[in-house]
Order: sequence, then structure tokens, then C-alpha cells
Amino acid sequence: MATKAQELVLRKSPAGLRRKHRPGEAVIQGLLFFCGLFSIFVTAGIVYVLAREALLFFRDPAVDIVSFLTGTEWQPHISKFGILPLVTSTLLTTFFAMLVAIPLGMGVAIYLSEYATTKTRNFLKPILEILAGVPTIVYGYFALTFMTPLLRAIFGRDAVQVYNTASAGLVMGILILPLISSMTEDALTAVPRSLREASYGLGATRFETALKVVLPAALSGVTAAMIIGVSRAIGETMIVALAAGAGPNFTLNPFRGAETMTGHIVRISGGDLSYDSIDYDSIFAIGLMLFFVTLTLNIISQRIVHRFREVYE
Amino acid sequence: MTAVPTEHELFKSQNIRVRNRTGRIWRGFFLAATIFSISMLVLLLFNIINGLAGYVAYAGRVDEATLAVEGVPLEDQSKEQLVALLQSELSSGAYNKLDNEQPFAERSRNSVYQLVIERIVRPEVIDTWNLWESLTQADEIRATVASEHPEAKLRFTFWLNSNFVTRSQSSDPFTAGIRTAILGSLWTILFTILTALPLGVGAAVYLEEYAADNRLNRLIQTNINNLAGVPSIVYGILGLAILVRGLEPLTSGTIFGYGDPTTANGRTVLSAGMTLGLLVLPILIINAQEAIRAVPQSLRKGSYALGATKWQTVRAHVLPNAMSGILTGTILAVSRAFGETAPLVVVGASTAINFDPSSPFSKFTTLPIQIYQWSARPQDEFRALAAAAILVLLILLLALNATAILLRNRYSQRY
Repeated sequence: MATKAQELVLRKSPAGLRRKHRPGEAVIQGLLFFCGLFSIFVTAGIVYVLAREALLFFRDPAVDIVSFLTGTEWQPHISKFGILPLVTSTLLTTFFAMLVAIPLGMGVAIYLSEYATTKTRNFLKPILEILAGVPTIVYGYFALTFMTPLLRAIFGRDAVQVYNTASAGLVMGILILPLISSMTEDALTAVPRSLREASYGLGATRFETALKVVLPAALSGVTAAMIIGVSRAIGETMIVALAAGAGPNFTLNPFRGAETMTGHIVRISGGDLSYDSIDYDSIFAIGLMLFFVTLTLNIISQRIVHRFREVYE
Repeated sequence: MTAVPTEHELFKSQNIRVRNRTGRIWRGFFLAATIFSISMLVLLLFNIINGLAGYVAYAGRVDEATLAVEGVPLEDQSKEQLVALLQSELSSGAYNKLDNEQPFAERSRNSVYQLVIERIVRPEVIDTWNLWESLTQADEIRATVASEHPEAKLRFTFWLNSNFVTRSQSSDPFTAGIRTAILGSLWTILFTILTALPLGVGAAVYLEEYAADNRLNRLIQTNINNLAGVPSIVYGILGLAILVRGLEPLTSGTIFGYGDPTTANGRTVLSAGMTLGLLVLPILIINAQEAIRAVPQSLRKGSYALGATKWQTVRAHVLPNAMSGILTGTILAVSRAFGETAPLVVVGASTAINFDPSSPFSKFTTLPIQIYQWSARPQDEFRALAAAAILVLLILLLALNATAILLRNRYSQRY
């Protein structure tokens, strides 16, 4: 026990400058660490929830995993759980989306990065950002009230059903276009100027430079953009829920209605869903598939960027 | 080994005219792609505006002519006559309920007239036309209606009007409104912010200021990037299983003594808001990280040199300087949540509620959900309501984003 005099001496001596013991700092650091860790809990929660309920689904005597993956009929009321109809329509809408988004998105990106003046670019980019920021439900309305009537007017009312995958897919392409164009443009602008100047110096035209020098140099970023676009299209929900049709339908005809994986989840859970029913469990099995497919695509895209990025000094 | 080019190919590729022409053609394509993308936005807006107004042919389920009193048509009757009509035509229970909501003595003649139309005449839509048709083919429309539906009335209707914003949900297109949906959206967003903002800023501060470059922290960072790419509907499934079902006593409020049987299933504003909170958390973290990273190192060094601790530095220097960026990022993340539909359908938005949400444990519907339900109905008049609701949604989103841009421009500092 120090006397008062001793304490005063201590405070004046260099030992008094010793770092104060601050338990608060550690508590705050712990709290912040918990916030950081929370995202891991979210992922763990997603995997745990999806896996647990999907396991219940696959344990059901009416389901076996082989017919789940290869069956061409999804009709829960007669115990047919083949996921292929949902997968084909998902692929169909994704295909149409990419048909619009990849060529147009690339075109926009090349125009903005290689041709447009700074002024034009500053004017056009915010407009594209607005296009990307419009809620997907609005695109769903657009598909239903504009694209479907347009397709029906072009190809005939008999050929095109009111709900069809082509309309949903094409509009989804418009939604994904700004995503692909902005990622691609980032990749293109990252290519150093010296490469372009060398190309011009050898007598190449602007187009030849863009196609044969800039694009190959940015290929990793461009590929990543496309993969992200596909992943986004697979997970997209509201456009297909509104415009692609209700009811699983094993067809490759883009003018017929067919429910996608996401569309099915929305329709099943839209009604009053009772827990412990096979319908309830089935949305987790589909969700699990959706989660892993999109996660894999996202990881592949990140890997491509990291591994194949050309580094310029 | 590539094949040796033939003379023709060699000649062709060296011909500068041909090469320039190819270049011009492709340039045309790139420009066309850009113009196409921009025009899509215009088309999207045109399509919405086209649905906002137009002619409606409708007929009352009760013919208005039969409601004339002593030769005075319904439109010209006085308030007292209209009240008497309500009293005689409605059941006494329904009449008293209206009187309890707002005494008839206090209501204006116009609002009583509205009530008569809504409760007694009950107009039914026969056909609708969009704005473009209504402007270009008005005569044809009038002729068609006159010949095919002689009993019907034709009226040019603006679906988006002040009543539309202030009225609650209804199954009748003429009296349906989006007040319930807007309030539902605001309640939901409140809980989204309460969930995502503290966790998001905390995580961003941890990752930028505290985290050492080790395996765990790299895993956290990768995980956040991956979570941002998970489809929104998967978050809906997560919310359904954990918040609605697993934490039902909490999200339905029963552990707080909220024993409302209609919401005891956990499909509440709270569940919806927290689900969206989880959805925007990774976006918010990434945005906040960028804002924190933009604070120059010299500020931190100066603070340490004055003897401040790590948390003191963060609290007094890093966070205040990053705040405008964090707020901008938060608003952008919130506007994403504001337009989100799919996860809320899965979590269990109510299909029809006509009372406003009043607590975290109320049933909920939101603006995008309302748009979804109206769009999904086959009748054109509900599609028109959807268009009106979409315009309101877009205006709200535009306001949010404009706030974010203003914040960024006003408070952004250059070092």
C-alpha cells in the first residue's frame, strides 16, 4: 500500500507514463470482432438451414436423389420430384438473358472505354447506373406489359403463350446488361494506355486495337463479368415469377410458360405454407441447389480475376 | 502454326480502306448497343406512364338512375339526402361503423358522395385503355363502349392521384390505395437499418482498423464478398427458417406479451426488416470499408502521436471523417432493400391487409409486394394500379439516391 507521497512520486516518474490499463478497449475490440464474425454466422446459417431441411426432403420416402436429379416431372401432389423441368427453364431464361446482356453489355463497355469522350462517358454512366438500380419487380411488370405483348405481336398469339420464358429472359438481359457493361468497362480501362499507343504506332486502327490488344489484355475481367452475369440471371426471381409462368413444365420451347427454380420457390411460399410438409422441405432442396450453383460461379469468377489477371507495370 | 495467308487475304488485310470500313461498322454497333441500353430506360418509363392514366368503362352494380330522389339525380343530391340514402341502403351495423370512424355531421358533401358511390353504387370495371390508346383512339373507344356496353360510363382516370397514396388496400380498383404498403415499407426499412447499420459499420471498422492479415480475417473478407453475390431469395429462405420459424416467440412478440393471434406465426414487420438487414449487410460492409479506407493514414498517425488509443482514434477521427461515405453507402444499401420483393414473399408478406402496421409485430406488406400482387392479377385495371405504385416506388428511390449524392457532394473531403 503506497502512501500519498509515494503515489505522487510515482506519478511524476517515468513509470507513471506506463500505458494505462484500459479494459474498455478490449471490450470494444471484442464487439467489433463479433460484428466481423457475424457474416460468417450468416453463411453458416444459410448452409445449415438449407442442408438440414433439404436432408428432411431427401429422407422422405417419396423422394430419392437419383430421380430428383434426373426426373422430368415436378408434381408434388403425385410424389414426383424431378428437378429437371425447373432447371431447364432456369437455363432457358438465363440463355435469353445472356443473349441480350453479353453482346450489348460488351458493346456498351467497348464504346464507353475506347470511343466515347470523357464528357459523353460522364453523361452515359449515371444513366446506366439508374438502369441497374431499378427494382427487379419493375422489370417484371415491364416483361408482362411490354415484352410479352411485343413477342405475341411479332410471332403470333397462337405461338406465344401469355406467360413464356423468352419474355422473362429478354427483360432479364436488360436488367443484367448494366452489370456486365460496368464490370467489363472497368476491366478495359485498367489496360494501360501504353499498350494502345504501341498498337496505334504499329498502324492498327482503333477497332483493331480494341479487339486484338485491349480485349485480350482484359480477358480475365471480361470473363469474370460474364460469369457474374450468369450467376445473377440464375438467382433472379421477380421477373420470372411474374412473366415466365406458374407450373413446372419440361420444355425447351421459349414461347411456352415454364416455372424456374426461383419462380417455384416464390409461388410455393406465397401461399400459406405449413411447416413439416413436403412442399416446405422442397423449397430448401431447391434453395440449396441455387445457393451452391451461384456460389460456385461467383468463386470461379473471383479465381479467374486473381489467377489470370495480367499485371502491367 | 497458322496457315500462310493467301494473296487475297493479305491484300484485304492490308487495304486500309477496308480496315477502316470494318472499324466504322463495328463502331456503329458499339454506339447502337449504347443507344439501345439508354433507350430501354426511356421505354421502361414510357411503359409505366402509359399505364398510369386512360379511359375506363365502368358500370355500377346498382344503376344510379334508380337512386334518384324526386327526379333529382344522384350527382345533384344534397349531403342530407345522401346520408339518408346511406342509412336506408346499408345495414345499421355498417352505417354505425362509418359514423363511428368520422361522424357524418363532420364529413363534407363530397366525401359522403364518395361513400355512396363506393358502398351503394359499387362501380365495376368493364374495360380499360392505356394512356396511348386513350389519346390516339378516343373516338373509337367512345364508339365501342356506346355500342357494346350502353349501360356503361366512360371516364378518363388518373390512377395515380392523392387518394391513391392516402387510401388503404382494397379489392376494388377505384378505391384501392397504397398507404398500408408505404407504411409497411417504412416500418420494414426501419428494422433493416437497425439490423444492418451497427453490424455493418462494426464489421467494416474491425476489418479496416483492427484485423491483422491472417487466415481468419481473410476468410471473413472473402465470405463477405461471396455473401454479396448470394441470390436474394436465399435470404428469404433463411429468414423463413430462422426468423419466422426458429425465433417465432421473438418475432411474433409473444415473449414480450404481444398475444395477437393473427400475427403469432412470426410473419411480422420485424422478421421482414431483419431479413432485409441480413441481405444488405454485405453491401453495407463493403461500402463502409471503402469510406473508412479513404480516410488518410496521416490522420490516424497524428492521433496516435498525441497519445490516443486505437478506439479513441477510430471514434474521434476515422469515423467522423468517414461518416458521409458511410451514410451514402448505407442509403444505397437501403434503397436496394426498399425495392426488394422476392425474400419478403418467402418470409410471408400478407396478401390482403387493410389496417396500417402499428408495431414491430404487425403483419406486413410493402410497396414492391403490393406491385407484385397487382401485376400478377390478369385484369388490366390492377395492372394500371401497379403502374401507379411503381411510379411512387421509383420517386421514393430517386429521392433516396438523390440524398445520397447530395451527401457525397457536400461532405466529401479531399486530402
